[in-house]
Amino acid sequence: MSFRSVFDTYSWDATKSSIYAKTAADVEHALRTPKRTLEDFKALISPAAAPYLEQMAQLSHQLTRKRFGNTMQLYVPLYLSNECQNICTYCGFSLDNAIRRRTLSSVEILREAAVLKEWGYEHVLLVTGEANQTVGVDYLQKALRTLRPHFAHLSMEVQPLHKSDYEILMQEGLNTVLVYQETYHQEDYKKHHPKGKKSNFYYRLETPDRLGQAGIHKMGLGVLFGLEDWRTDSFYTALHLDYLERAYWQTKYSLSFPRLRPAEGLVQPKVEMSDRELVQLICAYRLLNEEVELSISTRETPTFRDHIIRLGITSISAGSKTNPGGYIVEPESLEQFEISDERSPAEIAAMLRRQGYEPVWKDWDHALM
Amino acid sequence: MTSQPLVIADRQFSSRLFTGTGKFSSTALMEEALLASGSELVTVALKRVDVADAEDDLLRHLGHEQFQLLPNTSGVRTAREAVFAAQLAREALETNWLKLEIHPDPKYLLPDPVETLKAAEELVKQGFVVLPYIHADPVLCKRLEEAGVAAVMPLGAPIGSNKGLLTREFLEIIIGQSRIPVVVDAGIGAPSHAAAAMELGADAVLVNTAIAVAGQPVAMAQAFRLAVEAGRIAYEARLAEPVAHASASSPLTAFLD
Repeated sequence: MSFRSVFDTYSWDATKSSIYAKTAADVEHALRTPKRTLEDFKALISPAAAPYLEQMAQLSHQLTRKRFGNTMQLYVPLYLSNECQNICTYCGFSLDNAIRRRTLSSVEILREAAVLKEWGYEHVLLVTGEANQTVGVDYLQKALRTLRPHFAHLSMEVQPLHKSDYEILMQEGLNTVLVYQETYHQEDYKKHHPKGKKSNFYYRLETPDRLGQAGIHKMGLGVLFGLEDWRTDSFYTALHLDYLERAYWQTKYSLSFPRLRPAEGLVQPKVEMSDRELVQLICAYRLLNEEVELSISTRETPTFRDHIIRLGITSISAGSKTNPGGYIVEPESLEQFEISDERSPAEIAAMLRRQGYEPVWKDWDHALM
Repeated sequence: MTSQPLVIADRQFSSRLFTGTGKFSSTALMEEALLASGSELVTVALKRVDVADAEDDLLRHLGHEQFQLLPNTSGVRTAREAVFAAQLAREALETNWLKLEIHPDPKYLLPDPVETLKAAEELVKQGFVVLPYIHADPVLCKRLEEAGVAAVMPLGAPIGSNKGLLTREFLEIIIGQSRIPVVVDAGIGAPSHAAAAMELGADAVLVNTAIAVAGQPVAMAQAFRLAVEAGRIAYEARLAEPVAHASASSPLTAFLD
């Protein structure tokens, strides 16, 4: 049993139609009911919910505050490599992009880490492309071992791995894995990922199952907005989350909302998602699920981030660089995408405090596992 | 009018309001609210503090003589992990007091009774003053009491839910048969809930979210202090039983007169 057996019972087109068919009455029901279903979620992400955005935002704010209090988690990405064997039409690291490739050595990783420590970080997210020869499980194991003494919380956003590989990496202190499906549109997934291991739709789709079976503490899901209809993709994300929460009940979940950003060699987004629509989606997720962590990155603008933190978000990155060596080792290496909010972690922490949020740098300890 | 002091293990408490340290908008505000609450036992998550850092922000704001720290194991999923975390907490925070929390379910944070009992047995052997967070399960409370824990901490409702004493029937049984202090933990969302728990005969309550997330946490901390005191005094003064109707005559026993 995996998510595939659930996924295969849904049709993209029928799902999309059912979302767009939701009415104001459906939205009002979804707002009133105390326990919301996936059908309610469809109503909340539908065009019919647009006029109810302020009400959704207020509910989302209240629910988030009750569960997470007046706190905001801080994390930062640490790009280890931009080597990649995949062709992805939207990504700066794509194989067909003729740029110089860079993979950090242990010494370089420590130099980068020292900068992040100086800024106050205890939670780092390790990011790589997919290059199994040079950046395989051995490399990741070594990287985690190098960083474990320096950070309380180690997360990873790398290629999908086997269950046994995740188990090896968890032994090294890996707490969280993010794996985004990019899109649940099976046919168009192939168009966006024409070559490389990533072109295997089902292997990626079943990655969260393998993580759950390995007993990972936390996993992050999401899609890349700009590839396909965001409402339909978000419904599938919610469906996936619902399945995972039941199947792997000891795992914590987080969701991210990356919107396609300009990058080297990139295609134009097929679908634009407005700020208003992103707010609608974030609030809808909170109304569906009071416990899930919602994360926002520096892809978004300062103005948007300053406001969105009150509407359901529970974790935020700051000062991010999306290129390997970007903090100190080689600031000019190729980045995965351009960031929009260039403020320092200290500036973001000050902004959070001004809005009545306590920035939380440490919320995990290796002693707990 | 002062109520009787509470004794847990070798320590006497004049306040029966225990507090938590999560969810406050700043550590300074947390400190002010905890001082206003009069609380003498303050739980702190091991995962939130940097035990290697002598200047840890959270710990710095808890450095008052009246606060006994109660490290908790929030985040662990098994007895084995809990015992390891407890040992680290004891060494780092220099206290053998421990709030044992094993909630493998990160969604509702409901405690695992099997792992909790296992861990409690081991930790008691290792000399910890163990206060386990558990479901309002009377049998489990007796088992933990036999294992030698210092108090039991049954929940009133899911943690952070502010729903009050949803487990009231079971809390009454637990309080009725316990030989160690009973601290109602989790779910207390309003001072009236805290007062109700104290009127039932709970020895103390633990409150966090309801204070931290209130519009004015310091004022809310004072309100909880007063409610807990009032509830305790009411309990000690023996509440009059509610009566549904007046009883004027004794039709069944009048013939004896």
